[in-house]
Amino acid sequence: MKHLRLTAGALLVSTAFSSVAHAATELAMWYHGAGNEVESAIVNQIIDDFNASQSEYTIALESFPQGAYNDAVQAAALAGNLPDIIDVDGPVMPGWAWAGYIAPLPIDESEFADFLPGTKGIWNGTMYSIGLWDAAVALYARQSTLDELGLRTPTLDNPWSKDEFMAALDAAKASGNYEYALDLGTAWTGEWYPYAFSPFLQSFGGDMIDRSSYKTAEGALNGDAAIAFGEWWQNLFTGGYAQATQDGADRDTGFNTGKYAFSWNGNWAAVGTLENVDDVVFLPAPDLGNGSVIGAASWQFGVTTTSKHPEGAAEFIKFATQDKYLAAFSDGIGLIPSTASAAAMTKNYSDGGALEVFFGLSEAQALVRPVTPGYAVVAKVFEKALADIANGADVADTLDAAVDEIDADIAKNGGYGN
Amino acid sequence: MANKTSLTQSNVSGWGFALPAFALMVTFIILPFFFAIWFSLTNQRLISPNPANFVGLSNYTQLLSVGTILLEPERDEQGAIVRTKDGEIKYPRLRKFTRKNPDYPNIQGMREWFSWQTGPNDEFKRVILAKDVVFIRALKNTFVFVLVVAPLQAGLALMLALLINQKLRGINIFRAIYFMPVVVSIVVVAFLWRLIYDGNNGLLNNLLGAISFGWIEPVDWLGQPSTAMGSIIAMSIWQAVGFHMVIWLSGLQTISPTLYEAADLEGASKWQTFRFVTWPGLRNTAVLVLIVITMQAFGLFAQVDVMTNGGPLDSTQTIVFQAIERGYGKQDISGGSAISVLLFLIVLSISLIQRYLTRERHA
Repeated sequence: MKHLRLTAGALLVSTAFSSVAHAATELAMWYHGAGNEVESAIVNQIIDDFNASQSEYTIALESFPQGAYNDAVQAAALAGNLPDIIDVDGPVMPGWAWAGYIAPLPIDESEFADFLPGTKGIWNGTMYSIGLWDAAVALYARQSTLDELGLRTPTLDNPWSKDEFMAALDAAKASGNYEYALDLGTAWTGEWYPYAFSPFLQSFGGDMIDRSSYKTAEGALNGDAAIAFGEWWQNLFTGGYAQATQDGADRDTGFNTGKYAFSWNGNWAAVGTLENVDDVVFLPAPDLGNGSVIGAASWQFGVTTTSKHPEGAAEFIKFATQDKYLAAFSDGIGLIPSTASAAAMTKNYSDGGALEVFFGLSEAQALVRPVTPGYAVVAKVFEKALADIANGADVADTLDAAVDEIDADIAKNGGYGN
Repeated sequence: MANKTSLTQSNVSGWGFALPAFALMVTFIILPFFFAIWFSLTNQRLISPNPANFVGLSNYTQLLSVGTILLEPERDEQGAIVRTKDGEIKYPRLRKFTRKNPDYPNIQGMREWFSWQTGPNDEFKRVILAKDVVFIRALKNTFVFVLVVAPLQAGLALMLALLINQKLRGINIFRAIYFMPVVVSIVVVAFLWRLIYDGNNGLLNNLLGAISFGWIEPVDWLGQPSTAMGSIIAMSIWQAVGFHMVIWLSGLQTISPTLYEAADLEGASKWQTFRFVTWPGLRNTAVLVLIVITMQAFGLFAQVDVMTNGGPLDSTQTIVFQAIERGYGKQDISGGSAISVLLFLIVLSISLIQRYLTRERHA
């Protein structure tokens, strides 16, 4: 009994001491990388370094699997349980900003002056989020294929024109060595379709929505340029250059095993391809009439509106966007670091690095997806339109229907605050 | 002899025991049901800073509006009908009438649902238009699915039940084998069958090619509008037939064996035995199986979501898939709720009709 009282007393005293030691404010942070060991390790490293570097704030991390992340944030927002710092996928950001989940970033924009344009989350002129990396897409090919088919190697300044691109596909098809000339990645239904294929539409001169007002898609998605794109897109499948439906396994290994001559893929797959294919080259997007375009914007960090310590959250974000961490992420997951100075520190994106060309592509050709809270609808409608056209539907009618649906949704939501 | 305490007598304790289940059902089934009806009358969006406004039945009219137009063939300067290379009559594109055309206010924004030739020489085209063609196709696909699956699955299950109702050694192994697909999650089954149906290296194509010595060409089962729905029907029947087989089996085993003995003594053939002894005894089971299959078939979603995502050219769109796509994917929860309410009304009326048709007729 005496020991019990002694122990209890000692415990009580020690907790009193420990509460004095933990005077730092705790900030909650949610991240979408659960299950991805490399990303989790890097994020935890950044958090540990931040916690150790100062004593005002400690960051507590909660990781979610990527597929369930958006739902978790929405549910938390409805319940009033949002953390202080969240990360948000680029095109989803305007929707969350409009709904009042994310607050304008309490950091001066000049801090991020040399960041790639795709990494800055700006809506209605205000910056809401900043990304530690960007993602780009390129045309994968083997140098041996190019030599075999007698094709010019396109460069960033001089990409293939539409005719050259189609001639390359024709040559690949005629050679008979490949099951399909072009692997577009139609197995990856979902956000890949708008991200990877809307650049083709934009390269023709169309767009998913009229960006001058963001209030209608008329003329952008069903104008002459868009119809020309639709017919070109349909021809890729009816002409036998690509598959409208594709098995996931073919997408993962098809280019490596020589099933496809060319593959339209993102830089996240580049590291794996480099290991399997000796002479892979990453060619810039063809210029289909209106300049070469590729997608941009990946996951970005932002501060929530319900955070009681936005200045602490801002401190963390400034800390996390230092070059050494950008380089760490890039080396770990193969994505493009946000600044040129960080790129020089990475093994893939420094001068002479294997993926260096992607940094140039992202800088020169990237165009973010439409920056509007209505993007959720635009993406789904566009994906369905592409799939229907690939399966043989009438191009003009399909694009008209897509425009009608997008316009109706924008009208129903009062213009989405744009 | 147990004492009758007040605990077992009182009705309050009954309610108390039922309360947890009851509360959960009210919270997760009854309440959302009323929420759905309420949301369908507003323009509620899943995430939005704007408050929801009451819009009446506009969600329903947007889903169900139909219109019609009579198209006249294009004529050249002499007034003769212009034809395409294949000899088909050329009609003006519907775009001219349905987009920004103030002369046709009733059909603005509508798309073609179906059409037929009409007129004295079949030169006119009567086109039926719909405001939401994808939803109408989803309705049609779901009805086709129910009409095909209900009799086929029930009949197949009955045949299997008759087979496994015999007193053979090892019959339980067959019962287990036929029931096993039911136990596997429908999502897993859909993934596996997607591999089986694969157009390039699928198991089914390889099997057909092997049996026919290469005479049967590989078919892209899920990639063609003509075969996609049929493939999903076949897979769904395979997965669920075991469940109804067990229900039929229980019904079969309630038929008194003395009736069979009597039929046997009278010299009845197998078919006569089935028709006059088995089938009348299965009346109630048949009603149950039919209603359950119908209700489950209307809820077709998981297979479509995993395998075809709405299918090539809307050939595998279904009502529930559209409800989720619209309410959750496109964040228009009011539209999704409207579809759910429509589905509820459809299933309710069909169930009532089925109950009426199969009611006990008192002499």
